[in-house]
Amino acid sequence: METVVFLISAAVILSGALGVIFSKNPVHSALFMVQTLFGVAVLFVLLEATFLAAIQVIVYAGAIVILFVFVITLLGVDRAEDLKVEPISGQRPLAVVIGASIFGIILTVLILAVGGPTGEQAANNPLGNATDNTRILGEALFSTQVFSVELTALLLTVAVVGAVVLSTRPTKPLISSLDEKQNETVEEEGGE
Amino acid sequence: MIITTTWYLLLAAILFSIGTTGLLVRRNPLIMFMCIELMLNAVNITFVSIGSHLNDLGGQLAVFFVLVVAAAEVVIGLALVVAIMRRRSRTNADDLKILGG
Repeated sequence: METVVFLISAAVILSGALGVIFSKNPVHSALFMVQTLFGVAVLFVLLEATFLAAIQVIVYAGAIVILFVFVITLLGVDRAEDLKVEPISGQRPLAVVIGASIFGIILTVLILAVGGPTGEQAANNPLGNATDNTRILGEALFSTQVFSVELTALLLTVAVVGAVVLSTRPTKPLISSLDEKQNETVEEEGGE
Repeated sequence: MIITTTWYLLLAAILFSIGTTGLLVRRNPLIMFMCIELMLNAVNITFVSIGSHLNDLGGQLAVFFVLVVAAAEVVIGLALVVAIMRRRSRTNADDLKILGG
């Protein structure tokens, strides 16, 4: 049973990932990414990380993908990109070589570790069963990891403030001559 | 066939490689961000499977923080894309060579 679930979700994850990088339309890429994220959520359930599975669906498939789709529609960049044009010659073969070599390196490590990964079993931070997962995770987050959680709150605040600052229109240009020059280039490109 | 931790690690390796390749091949910044998300998800699978293998909660705690950092990264990254798009009509990673001066 576990084998079947793993194989199906692995197929879902990998086909979604390939869909992301081969879709011409960014909206299709976003939808394929939802497929991958759901597959990962299924794997989390399989590994008895039930809280993370829920968070994966809510935060990733919910919030982050919605953000992507919002930006795609807001900018009107839903035009298809011509994948046949290769901007820098030799970029694609090189990219495939780099991707394949990263996979090869990890595969070598996995093959060398014959009996699977080794390591000490947890002594003071044991994993409970699936029903207890959320409670144990919450207790750890708000006791031993509480400083990290506070830093996380700070990080999110900075991110929100930064996003607001970045997306407000500047009321007056900081350097007027530079701004004029940039406006000219924009107009030139609009005419193309 | 019994699914061991090695299978999860293999799947994560394949997913990470696909993400890397996509990041290097595609030029649309939005799709490059999606590829980064794929790579982060591959790492998350690794964390959770190793944590499950060693009966350790640390893996899941790490994934929790990775999720938060990923959310913050996407927010800032997309705000940057919007800010750049406001000045230039096309988004393309190669167009940003103007930053070179």
